[in-house]
Order: sequence, then C-alpha cells, then structure tokens
Amino acid sequence: MTIEGFVALYIFMLAAFTGYEVISRVPVILHTPLMSGSNFVHGIVLVGAMVALGRADTALEQVIGFFGVLLGAGNAVGGYVVTARMLEMFKPSKGGKA
Amino acid sequence: MNTLIQFSYFVAAVLFILGLKRMSSPVTARGGILWAGGGMVVATLVTFLWPGMGNYGLMLLAILIGGGLAWYTGQRVAMTDMPQMIALYNGMGGGAAAAIAAVELFGGGEHELTVLALALLGALIGSVAFSGSLIAFAKLQGWMPRPVFFPQQQLINLAALAAAVLLGLLVFTWQVSPLIVLFFLLALAFGVLMTLPIGGADMPVVISLYNALTGLAVGFEGFVLGNAAMIIAGTVVGAAGTLLTQLMARAMNRPLGAVLFRRFGESAAAGTEAVTGSLKPIDPTDAAITLAYANKVIVVPGYGMAVAQAQHKVWEMCKLLEERGVTVKFAIHPVAGRMPGHMNVLLAEAGVPYDKIFDMEEINAEFATADVALVIGANDVVNPVARTDPSSPIYGMPILNVDQARNVLVIKRGAGKGFAGIENGLFYLDNTRMVYGDAQAVATQLIQGIKDLS
Repeated sequence: MTIEGFVALYIFMLAAFTGYEVISRVPVILHTPLMSGSNFVHGIVLVGAMVALGRADTALEQVIGFFGVLLGAGNAVGGYVVTARMLEMFKPSKGGKA
Repeated sequence: MNTLIQFSYFVAAVLFILGLKRMSSPVTARGGILWAGGGMVVATLVTFLWPGMGNYGLMLLAILIGGGLAWYTGQRVAMTDMPQMIALYNGMGGGAAAAIAAVELFGGGEHELTVLALALLGALIGSVAFSGSLIAFAKLQGWMPRPVFFPQQQLINLAALAAAVLLGLLVFTWQVSPLIVLFFLLALAFGVLMTLPIGGADMPVVISLYNALTGLAVGFEGFVLGNAAMIIAGTVVGAAGTLLTQLMARAMNRPLGAVLFRRFGESAAAGTEAVTGSLKPIDPTDAAITLAYANKVIVVPGYGMAVAQAQHKVWEMCKLLEERGVTVKFAIHPVAGRMPGHMNVLLAEAGVPYDKIFDMEEINAEFATADVALVIGANDVVNPVARTDPSSPIYGMPILNVDQARNVLVIKRGAGKGFAGIENGLFYLDNTRMVYGDAQAVATQLIQGIKDLS
C-alpha cells in the first residue's frame, strides 16, 4: 500500500495531536513508566526492519538489515519487559515485597 | 493477504494508542502495557506474511538474539538502573530506524524525492538518537566521566551537524555509496558529540528527548516503507515524547536549550552567598528518639536513598513509627531520583501505599506543621538557596520547604555537595542535625533505635 502525499501529511498531523493529548493529563508518578512505555511503542520499528531485511538482496543489505532487526527486537522486547516490571509495582493492594 | 496485513497494522495502531492512554492513569496502567504488547505481537506476526520477502532464517535469528538479550537484561536490571536501560533500548530503536534507511539507500532503486528526503531525515535523527543514547547509557552506568568538555565544543558540534546535513543533501542529489557511508558516520559522531558535555542531572531530559527523536525517525521510515502502523506509532511517540521532555525540563527548572547548549553552573560563581553556622552531627540512636516522639514526620527521599537501596528499610522504619502513632508522609520532589516519577516507582517497589506519597505542591504547606523532616540522600531539591540567592545555578528551582519543619534530620553519606556542586544552607540551620552514613545502614540503626524504646 502506498500512502499518497497529503493523506500521509494528515495521518502525521492527527497522530501528533493524538500523542500530545494522550500524554497531557498524566500524573508525575507515571512519567518514568510512560516514557518507558512510549519507548516500547516505537519498537514497532521492528516491523519495518523485518520488511527491509526481507527485501534485502546484496550481502551488505542483509548485514545491515540483520542488525536492524536485531536492534528493533531489542527495543520492542526490552521496552516491554522494563515497562511491565515498573507498572507491576503499581498494584492497587498495598504491602508486598519486590 | 494484503488486506489482512493492513487490517492487522490498523488494529496494532489502535492498541498502541489505547495502551498509552491506559498507561497515563495509575489505575489502568498495568493493563495498558498489555494492550500495547498485544498490538506489537499482532503486527510482528503478520509481517512474516508480507509478500515478496526472503531471508526468513536471518530474520528469526536476529529476533531471537536481539529479543533474547533484551529479555535477559530487562528482567535482571535493578529498579535504580532503569533510566539507563530505557536509554539503551531506545538507542536500539533509533539504530533500527537508521538501518532501515541504510538498506533503502544502499539498495539504490528509484525513490520519489519526498520519500528519499524522509529516508535521509529519519536516518539522521535515528543515528543521532542511537549514538547519543549509547553515550547516555554509558554515562549513567558509570562507564565514562559525566560531562566531557573540550575547547570550542559548541562550534565543533555545530560544524558536525552542519556537515551531516550537507552530506545528506549531497546524498539526496547523487546517492553515491561512499557519500552515504560518510553521512551515517557524521550523524553518529554528532550524536556522541552532542551528548558528551551533558551532566548527569540533565540526563533524564536528554533520554526523553532521544526517545521522542527515535519516535520521529520511526515515523519517517514508516512513510518510506508505506507502513501505517509505523507512521502512527512513531509520530504518536514523537509528539508524546516531546511533551514529556518539556514537562521534565520544566520540573527541573532547566529550559531545554540550557540543557543542550549551556554548561551547568557555568554562569554562576558557585556559592557566592556565605553560609553561616556549622554542621551538627548526631548519632542514629538520638535521631531515633527524635523520630519516635514526634507527632508528624515527613520523609524526603532523594537519589542517595535509591543508590543505597534503602527504600525497604526506610519503609520498615516508617511502619514502626506508625505503630507508635506517628503520622508519616512521603514528600516527592518532581525530580527526586533520576527522572520524574522514578522515586514513586522505587517507593512502590518497597510497598509504600499511594496515599502516603505526596507531590511537592500537595505537601509543601505541611512542613510548617511537621515535627521532623527526614531528608534521606536528597540535597539540591531541599536547598533554600534556590529561593534566596539569584546568583545560584539552581535559583528559581521549586524546592521542598524542609527548612520550615521544627526539626530537620539529614541522612547523608558525607559532607560533600550535591549534583549542582553548591553548598546547602539547610545543613547549617540551627534546627538541622546531620546523620552521616550509608542510607541503608542508618535506616537499620534507626529501626533498632526505635525498637529499643518500646
């Protein structure tokens, strides 16, 4: 699917407003987990790296693509684990040890 | 097949946005990451079905290695070290975005001009976020000295950025391989140079900035690949990250421009205002008595408590005090710990309930009615000089009004200065007593002292 010029611009604008709105009412206590969570969300770059590697023909492209997927997977998995661990502590019940 | 892929990406994008939305409230936060995670799994699985692809073996291997290493390190890292891990994983994302651009550029092929421009822009931003985040990680991990200065630094940094942009324009015109390589090298170098002079206290802001940049780079590469999920997720993070960066910078009273371009404390001849009085040390056992016979104690935890991993002991001590009928509250400065919210995470880890933790605005008026303010490993955020001395580098930063409490107990490793490198007048006040020692060891002694009283 190709996304035509102005449609892409609209997507960009609407997504930017969405991001701004979603964050704007966040309490301070969630800043660090949320930063980590948004860090996880841009791990979607993994998908793009997979496509780039999948289409790679030359050895050079394959090597770069390989590292792209490796780094992207690290972003996605690492971001998820760290965020989940932090949010795990925001249990409604009190007490308990880490 | 194509419809299935596009529909799955659409579902993933929706899940990301809903997940982030849920993550911005403490009640739903834990579910939020699950929603976003579900979106990621759907998007990743369906990508294997993308038509006309090969190299599946390499792909799986890369996912296993990258994902496996990240899983292992992410599970093991201590809560105090979270900030640098976020920097590291974020840098990996930037690197991945740059790699996508590199494959597109080296692959040659005919690109529309806008697509080519976006690929280059994403490559530049992604590379900067990659190398910059790695430096941030190394600094926070203690692998390299915090701020690094050299002569003509800003000029050289500016030149490096200008050269990278210029080369980007040249690649845009010719697309010759050696130029592409040089372009990436310069972009990476700029990321390093830009991060070198930034001190430890400013690191959270910078990590957050790189987080936003990576999001933007991912969004741009999404345009290049015609991948709507990447465009939406990347742009949402780019915008959200920018806002978050501003919130953090404001909480620290450090405008973003100052963080990036001015050395901390450069303008001020540090400590121009003479500090009068003397430091008055006190034994932990005496401090325990002060605490035990108070009506109301406000605990002010700082980074020193986090470093000493003392949060569990401190909470244990507070529970003892509560059993004696003492009211205990925690006061959190917006930048306590290493990032906004970091201290809340650490206290939550120790099991401190929400309703005992208060933001600065909520609790500042209460210090005047507190019998004891117990400062544990915090320094600059309780320094009254921020209110009084316009020449101080932290002048104007909102602080906790600890000095208004009837008694102030300060647990501190030694007589050294804080991050900002300035004297703290609070420590010299008549009603302040210093308890020297590692926060965890002192907390243990305080617990013993309180137990001995009953």
